[in-house]
Amino acid sequence: MEYVIAIIQPDRLDEVLDRLTKNEIHLVTVSSIMGRGRQKGIAEVYRSHKEAGSLLKKVKLEIAVNEAYVQPTIEAILAGARTGQIGDGKIFILDLKECVRIRTGETGGMAIG
Amino acid sequence: MRAGREAAIKKAFHLALGALFAAIASSLALAQDAAAAVAEDAAAASPRVDTGDTAWVLQAAGLVMLMTPGLAFFYGGLVRRKNVLSVLMQCIIILCIISLQWVLFGYSLAFGPDVAGVIGNLKWAALSGVGAAPNVDYAPTIPQNAFMIFQAMFAVITPALILGAFAERMRFGAFCLFSLMWATLIYDPICHSVWASGGFLKTLGVLDFAGGTVVHINAGLSALAAALFLGKRQGYPHAISPPHNLPFAVLGAGLLWFGWFGFNAGSALGASGLAASAFVATNTAGAAAGLAWAALDWRYNGKPTMFGVITGAVAGLAAVTPASGYIGVLPAIVIGVAASVFCFLAATIIKTRLGYDDSLDAFGVHGIGGIVGTLATGIFASKAINAAGDNGLIYGNPRLMLVQLAAVTATVLFAFFGTLFLMTVVNAVTRLRVTEHDERVGLDLTQHREAGYTLVD
Repeated sequence: MEYVIAIIQPDRLDEVLDRLTKNEIHLVTVSSIMGRGRQKGIAEVYRSHKEAGSLLKKVKLEIAVNEAYVQPTIEAILAGARTGQIGDGKIFILDLKECVRIRTGETGGMAIG
Repeated sequence: MRAGREAAIKKAFHLALGALFAAIASSLALAQDAAAAVAEDAAAASPRVDTGDTAWVLQAAGLVMLMTPGLAFFYGGLVRRKNVLSVLMQCIIILCIISLQWVLFGYSLAFGPDVAGVIGNLKWAALSGVGAAPNVDYAPTIPQNAFMIFQAMFAVITPALILGAFAERMRFGAFCLFSLMWATLIYDPICHSVWASGGFLKTLGVLDFAGGTVVHINAGLSALAAALFLGKRQGYPHAISPPHNLPFAVLGAGLLWFGWFGFNAGSALGASGLAASAFVATNTAGAAAGLAWAALDWRYNGKPTMFGVITGAVAGLAAVTPASGYIGVLPAIVIGVAASVFCFLAATIIKTRLGYDDSLDAFGVHGIGGIVGTLATGIFASKAINAAGDNGLIYGNPRLMLVQLAAVTATVLFAFFGTLFLMTVVNAVTRLRVTEHDERVGLDLTQHREAGYTLVD
């Protein structure tokens, strides 16, 4: 089991979700987050006082998958989120030790799908 | 033992009940007397009360009342999430406190029989003698009660304007005490001096249609004094987050603009041509000022901002307040644009240079806007618009300008030093500023044990 974390541009979310669905990955957790990378922030101005704006709005997806689905997940995210510009985001893949479905108590690969 | 205690409690209860009934009975008798007196007043005065005028002024009082919750949202949107309720609370509790202060003794101090040109006496305390009969000096065609409640709303919103200067760092109890003392010792004397029969600035001939000196300069300079006395917020200016909810601020500004028609057009104290003229001048100045601030933002900050437009509109509405009943539409545009230019300078350049932390620019917008408008009244006032007014500088009367300048100076000095003094007194009685820890955690939780927003549904 793997745990896939992807940080993407907020406006790419719908596209990424569509691609994930096409690749039969339905279970995903989405959060609205702030972050920063090499891309510079946009300065905001409030009554002429400039806020440096070092953090940018991003969307985080978290997806737990069995081995067979790791590659389709990565492909779907790449296809949906890539614009070729700085700030498209990153994908992190972590080993997942255990997974428990709360409703049934199932564990492991059965619980993920 | 137990039975004995129960009997004692029962006895005390009966005694209390008896006392309560006695009190109710006697107050009913008093109320009947009062009702009879009011009815007599009404009978004596009925030929003079104009129903249209009365209807308009009562509605205008309602409009001005709505400005205080409007201001709450305007200010509430501009602070950080952790302090939103504290600002809403301060506005609404002022509505409660000053409404009582006004009917009990504030109205009498402000408009009651004159003492030395600066304050009223307590003859009208608890609205004694203030009823359905008009007061010919103030508003001859409406019940004095209508004039009184209209003025009550001005007395409410003025201390509420000040809190923008010390938002996010004042203890709630100290705030309540300060606001009550400020309304009594600063607002009531200035209101009396400018508007009441016998007031020394009124006698001098000052023109302040709806509160350029009484409301805006008064609140603005008190705000500056309060900001200086309390000191900066932790982390000011670099570590203060931007406004947490600008849409709230826009909603609040909209309510303020709406209420301002009651404020200015209502100050005609009748459903008249003068009211309509003031209404037009008010809307025009607000619009010109909103547009002017957008242009300034565009030119100097790259983009026009929503925050800028509402700030400009409020500055323009504040500036036109003293002039609204004496000017036509073109001076209203000039006043609106001038208000935005000067307030833009104050909020962006002067504040940064001097380094004081007027959290929400109560001084920069209301103080500067009020000064611009009160002086502009000395320039643009016209007897052709309001025969009861005066001609200004451009109509060949430089004296009015000097009078306006005197009124501005008197209000600036009295409000600024009076507030510094009051802050010192209140700080000696009870600490004004929250602890560093409470300021970090936020006033919602530490002053009110509430949170404005929850994380989950």
